[in-house]
Amino acid sequence: MFEILSYGDLGFGDELLAGTLLTLQLALASLLVGIVLGLITAAAKLSRYRFYRVIAQLYTEVVRGIPEMLVVLVVFFGASALLQTVAGWFDYTDYIEVNAFVAGVFALGLVFGAFSSEVFRGAFLAVPRGQLEAATACGMTPWQVFSRIRLPQMWRFAIPGLGNLWMVLIKDTSLISIIALDELLRWSKVAAETTKQPFTFYIAAALIYLVLTMLSDWGRHYFENRANRGVVSG
Amino acid sequence: MDWSLISQYGDRFWDGTLITLKLVLLSSVIGLIIALPMALARSSHYRRYRIPAYSYIYFFRGTPLLIQLFILYYGLGQFEFITNSFMWSVLGDAEWCGLIGLTLNTAAYTAEIIRGGIRAIPRGEIEAARAYGMSWWQLQHRIVLPRALRIAWPAYGNEVILLLKGSALVSTIAVWDLMGESRSIFSRTYALEIFLYAAVIYFLLTFILTRLFNQIEKRINRYLVCY
Repeated sequence: MFEILSYGDLGFGDELLAGTLLTLQLALASLLVGIVLGLITAAAKLSRYRFYRVIAQLYTEVVRGIPEMLVVLVVFFGASALLQTVAGWFDYTDYIEVNAFVAGVFALGLVFGAFSSEVFRGAFLAVPRGQLEAATACGMTPWQVFSRIRLPQMWRFAIPGLGNLWMVLIKDTSLISIIALDELLRWSKVAAETTKQPFTFYIAAALIYLVLTMLSDWGRHYFENRANRGVVSG
Repeated sequence: MDWSLISQYGDRFWDGTLITLKLVLLSSVIGLIIALPMALARSSHYRRYRIPAYSYIYFFRGTPLLIQLFILYYGLGQFEFITNSFMWSVLGDAEWCGLIGLTLNTAAYTAEIIRGGIRAIPRGEIEAARAYGMSWWQLQHRIVLPRALRIAWPAYGNEVILLLKGSALVSTIAVWDLMGESRSIFSRTYALEIFLYAAVIYFLLTFILTRLFNQIEKRINRYLVCY
């Protein structure tokens, strides 16, 4: 049983490792896209202008109301249809397939952005008003108040929520195997079908995911402690 | 926008929606029934109860639902003692596997939510129940579980919404739920609107579920006095 999980030509160990690395890259890239989207959306939700607030709210509600899998499929097939149309204007008619990694990062980023915008919004509001007023009274410009006082303290409140979303994101990367990206689950599937040992490989994939979420849990504790290092507890 | 798609495939959307609703309803109810004793075990003082519950919850919350479904549906077929036994009439069926997978998964999340509810019960209520001389079982089923469920109700509502969205994954093990039907129609027509229609239905379902849970919350917590 362990031979087929070994590293090298005999086993699928190296393929599983390559898949795990791709899964991690996918998760980290989506995290980056998702945080940027989440911050922009949170800013729009806190905006003075109704227009931005409505758009941001609509985006959040829609993404939260439909399955992640549907978002992945719509982004993947929608992007190819869009590119196809644009290419058609330039008389290019061959079939265009969107890169699965890019589509995956975009889809998972969209989902993460929608959920994290609520986390960021709450975190921005959790910074005590008095501190912002004090900063203004010290003569800081609005940008200085934001970058020196509000943003650094916002993280303290956002990190627990972001940690939960990161866990969800790691597990959601498995969805990208549906659009045939060679990440961990896809390699497990290939190995399962080749060796006719599906149980072995899906359990192996599950355990690898378990290790990833376990490490993430430790990481979350570290970042929480770090973000709170300036706060006197008790 | 091609409206003829709706008249042509409307029936299949309807059938798929029914399957999705059936899966979500059954797995949330059975999941809740499993989750109640599991939450008690998870909050127990005894290691022999706490550790199995903890391990179960850790595994199901730490791995993707998609892989859990694959293990159930594709994985178990690896063992002859399962394929040759009576169990195969259930475990060899995609819809049963989907139901079992969703149930086991949501039970783990729900148990954790109810545990949060149990921890949030004011100590005085439990002490008062003990002072009345209630036995352990009376305390649990009269005070602890009903209170925990009421406290945890909003979070449980969120979990059921996540379950509804997660149920789309059963389409990967050949269950004809809303997602499965949509993907099959899409692969035949290559019309992106299909996914739009599916999105609208899912969106409506989450909307209705959210409303329903809010109504129930008002009802079960109606005796709580707000100061």
